[in-house]
This record gives sequence, C-alpha cells and structure tokens, in this order.
Amino acid sequence: MHSPAPGFFDNPMVEATDIHFSFGQRPIYSGLNMVIPRGKITVILGPSGCGKSTFLSLVGGRLRPGSGGLLFDGAPIPPPGSNRLFEMRRKMGMLFQSSALLTDLSVFDNVAFPLREQTDLPEELIRIVVLLKLEMVGLRGARDLMPAELSGGMQRRVALARAIALDPDMVMYDEPFVGLDPISMGVIVKLIRELNDALGLTSIVVTHDVSEGRDIADYLYLLGDGKTIGHGSPEEMTDSDLPQVKQFMGGLPDGPVGFHYPAADYWADLSQPSP
Amino acid sequence: MQNKSIEIWVGIFIILGLAALTMLAVQVSNAGGATGDTFRINAHFDNIGGLTEKAPVMIGGVRVGRVGEIAIDKDSYRAVVGMDIDARYDNLPADTSASILTAGLLGAQFVGLQPGADDFYLEAGDRLEITQSAVQLESLISQFMFSQRQPEDSEEQ
Amino acid sequence: MKLIASLGAWAVAFVARLGQSFLFLLRALLGAARALPRFSLVVEQLYAIGVLTLLIIVVSGLFVGMVLGLQGYYQLVNFSAESSLGLVVALFLVRELGPVLAALLFAGRAGSALTAEIGLMKATDQLSAMEMMAVDPMARVIGPRFIAGLIAMPLLAALLSAVGVLGGYLIGHGQFGVDSGVYWSSMQNGVDLVDDVLNGVIKSLVFGFVITWVALFEGYAAPPTSEGVSRATTRTVVASSLAVLGGDYILTALMFGGL
Repeated sequence: MHSPAPGFFDNPMVEATDIHFSFGQRPIYSGLNMVIPRGKITVILGPSGCGKSTFLSLVGGRLRPGSGGLLFDGAPIPPPGSNRLFEMRRKMGMLFQSSALLTDLSVFDNVAFPLREQTDLPEELIRIVVLLKLEMVGLRGARDLMPAELSGGMQRRVALARAIALDPDMVMYDEPFVGLDPISMGVIVKLIRELNDALGLTSIVVTHDVSEGRDIADYLYLLGDGKTIGHGSPEEMTDSDLPQVKQFMGGLPDGPVGFHYPAADYWADLSQPSP
Repeated sequence: MQNKSIEIWVGIFIILGLAALTMLAVQVSNAGGATGDTFRINAHFDNIGGLTEKAPVMIGGVRVGRVGEIAIDKDSYRAVVGMDIDARYDNLPADTSASILTAGLLGAQFVGLQPGADDFYLEAGDRLEITQSAVQLESLISQFMFSQRQPEDSEEQ
Repeated sequence: MKLIASLGAWAVAFVARLGQSFLFLLRALLGAARALPRFSLVVEQLYAIGVLTLLIIVVSGLFVGMVLGLQGYYQLVNFSAESSLGLVVALFLVRELGPVLAALLFAGRAGSALTAEIGLMKATDQLSAMEMMAVDPMARVIGPRFIAGLIAMPLLAALLSAVGVLGGYLIGHGQFGVDSGVYWSSMQNGVDLVDDVLNGVIKSLVFGFVITWVALFEGYAAPPTSEGVSRATTRTVVASSLAVLGGDYILTALMFGGL
C-alpha cells in the first residue's frame, strides 16, 4: 500500500464538497466530494454516463451546481459576475474529447487564438509562443495545415498546445484516450505526464480507460451513482476490496453494477400475454 | 495571405452594392434631376387632365423641371400648376407657352413648354399667359362620334 | 382529447422557443455591439455571407428582369402602353421582387449555411472550447455574423433590383425596340426615391435582420447531432422564408396602404 505522502492534499487546486446537481429531472450528483491535489495528475474514472465530464463543466463554470461548495484555487466557482468567471477560466485549459479545433483556422491560428483574443502581444511574440507550444506537442512542422488534414491524434495534440497557450495553472482532459490508435495513445499519455511535470500544472483526466488512467495517475477517483465510490493512489485502488471498485478496475461484466437493466421478474414477463 | 483576397472581395461586394443603390436612386428613381436650385413659375389651365405632382416639365423632350404644386385659383376656378424649373434654364423667354401632353396614347402626362421669342426672360413667380389644356380622350371620342352622326341627324330633319 | 392535449403541448413548446429566441436575440445584439470594434471579423463574415451569395443574386436578378421585360411588354403592348415598360419593371423590382427574392435566396444560400456552421461548431464543442478559453462566442462568433447579415442583405437586394432593371432593358430595348430614353424616363417619372427605393431598402434591412436572427438561433439551439443540425438547417430555410413572405405583406401594408 502506497498511501499519498503527508501534505499531498494541502492547498488543493479544486475542492468539491457535497455537490448536488441534476439535468432537469435526471439527477447526476447526489453529495459528491472530491479534492484535486495541486501539481499532480488526478484521474477520474467511471462508467460511461455517470457524469464524469459534467464535473469538468462544473469546474469550468459552464454549469452551476444545484447545491454544495466548489472551490477553484480557494475561490468559489462560478464566481459572481461573468467577468470574474472569464478571468478564472484564463487559469484553466481544457482539452475536449472532440478536440474542438476551430475548423476554419489553421493549426497555427488555432494555437494563436487564445493569445490573440486574450493578450495584446505583438504578432512576432505570438509567433514565438505558438511555435514553442507546437514544438512541445511535436507538431511545429504541421503549423500551416488545416484541422481537417490532421489525424484524430494530431488534432488532439494541437488542441493540447492550444489549451496550454496561455500557461494555465490547470489543464482538464475530457476522455483524452478515446478513439486513438496505440501509438497516438502512447503519445498523449507521455504528453500529459511531461507537460504536468515540466510546466508545474495540475491535471484532471476524465476517462473510462482503466489501464491508461492507472498508468498516468498520481491519484484516482472512481465515480458511480452520483458519488465517489472509491479513491486512492493507483496501487490502493488496484488492491481495493470494495466490490464496486474491484469490478470496475478489473473490468468484470457482472457485479454490483448489474449486467441486467432493471426489469420485472423474467418468468413473469415471459408468461404475460402480449399487449 | 488569403485574408488579403477576402478583403478585396468584400471591398468589391460593398462597392457593387453601393453602386446598385446609387443606380436605383439616380437612374431609376426621380431623385436624379431634383438636385440643385430651381425657380417656380405658374401656369393656369382650364383642365389639367391626369397631370400629377412630380410630373416632368419638358422642352423638346428634355426635362427642365418638374411639377411642384397643383391647386385651384380661388377667383377664376382654373387649375394653377406650379412648375419648379432647374435654375440653369434661366433664359426662357417670357412669352413661353405651356401645354399638357401625354406620353403615348395612354402614358403619363407631362407639361411641355414651347419657348417664345420675347427679349425678357421668365423669373421666379412669373405666370405663363399662353396655355393649352390637356387633351381628354373621352371628349375627343365624343366629339368624333358627334361629328360622324351629325350628317345623319340633318338628313332626318 | 388527445388532439387538444397535443395542441396544448405544441403551443407551450412554441412559446418557450419564442422566449428562447428573444433571449438569444438580446445576447446576440449585445455580442454584435462588442464585435463592432473588431471589424475584421465582420469583413470575414461579409465574405461568407455576402460575396458567396453575390453570384446567385446577380444571375437571378438578370433572369427575373428579363422575364418581367417579356411579360410586361406582352401585356402593355395590348394597350399600346409599352412606353411604361421601364416603370412597370422598376416598380416590381424595387418595391417587391428585389427585397423579397433576394431575401428568399439569402435564406436559402446564406441562412442555411449559417445554421449549419453554428450547429456544427456547437456539436464539435468549438463554442464550449471558446468559452473555456474565456472567449464569449456571442461576441466572437454570433455578433460578427449578425452585423454582416444586416449589411449584406440591403446591398444584395439593391443589386438584384439594379441588375433586374438592366435585364428588363435588355429585353425591352434589345428585343422589342422600346426606346431607351422612354424606358428610363418613364421609370424616373414614376419611381419615387423615398416611397419606393427607400422603402425597399427598409424592407430588405428588416428581412436581413429576421433571416440572420432565425439562422443563428436555429444553429445555436440545434441538438448537437448531425440529424439535429440538418433539421435545424431545413427549419431555418422554411421559417425564415415564411417570415419574409408574411413580413412582406405587413410591411407593404404599412408602407403603401397607409395601414
């Protein structure tokens, strides 16, 4: 057992306490608690549709929790007034599952986009920053291509370069491993780790990919039923005795998360005359 | 950079659009001739037919002004047509005559001026003495029919 | 009973959507106000909205003018009033066909493209990504397109009218030998700058406003799926075309009928 070192959770980047949230009638969170340690990579695991990505929307201030406390860098999210929210977002970068590159702009202009919108830097300086960021993700040579000319993995790397263009304190990754071939996947895993350590970032990775998530994480959370059902270091989680954690980490088909969708009694259902 | 060609195209688009608007204003509508100074002269007619305000005033087919006002003279009960003549045509002889003409058989009516030979020129507020009223198609037709029938009538008598 | 219930449900949904669209309009106008200082963004959109619609407008205008020339001549020659051909062609175009036809073409060409573009930007998280980069999509994406729509529409309508008048001239003078002086002067005598030309421009401004509004809202409110976007595109063309035709009646009644 490798429990996190003392002081691991001091001065956390994001702190969520007793979050309740629902989309219309559908409850997503009922009492979610989560602490994202500063300077580390935190991986949030969970089955599809359990509201992992919703957490990133809450932290990004794009959704408002129904109740509960959500702090980013010690300040409540979303803050009163949309100007303050935009200020806070400058300290965050986000990598969307779809990469979300602006399709009518070239690779270079995509990475330059936040710089041009948010700063008054002269164009020569922007050029240097953009090339720097593109070099980090290994795509300096692709700067004149359009997003449509890139593979999915390369698009995601460009989006990553864009997410760190403004030197944020924290980067959020929404399902960064989905739909990638093994090589691209390896590249992304390596990039997330390297950027986190080299730039002193805090990273939140949302994924349902257990093995990649375990490889990359400093700390793991497992979501289910609108709560965290388990958390700990990768080793702690792998060796966990909690049945739900065991099922998910091991990828077992049946367990506390049932194979069957809730239904009436099988035999009673079959013997019923058709309506 | 491709931005340049976009800017050029948008420039062309705006110029074309403004040119079209200008064409509608100057070439298509009646704003073209109304620019500049005019002076008002009046003419009295027995009947102006279908003449309307803003109808052109022409000399030999060239527009020199437009009808500015149509009213009735309270004493004589004749129609008074006020014409705004472009200031540059300030050398119209004082004995110029006016007639109300029709463009084509059923076309719009306009005022035609026939310059006289006087040494004095028309000035603002002057009144044209010699006028010829609009030819009314209805009265022309009835006159024509009347003159056709008259011989028969006399035979019957 | 079921019918009444579904009618009620439809009405509730309709009113809700109407409310959403007005809220959207408010935000879009605020965004447009903030986009105005960055006119290069508007220029980009003027290209997409205006320049790319130019060709279809010019070609349609020419043909419509030629048809008006033919039909007008055939009818007028019965009364030997072909000297009024220019007037007939110009009045039709400047008052009605110019603004309305240009608006319908604009809805089909630019409106549908706007909806598809915004819908796809939303479906691929581009708008969310902008928000996360602390960029307001209303000011960066919606606003410039709104301004461009408002600028492009009157220019396109004027172009259609102008080209149409030339097309009528081509037929009237070229084919039927109507005197060119008569063609233009009958027009100038009958078409009024304020009553006809200016009212036409006002009409096209209103149409541009409505179409751009509908197109941007439909794109913004479209479900983020390919089916949702394609449906929204269809709805843009249908709804804005209906709005143009209905609005044209109201505007015409207001302007010319002394309603």
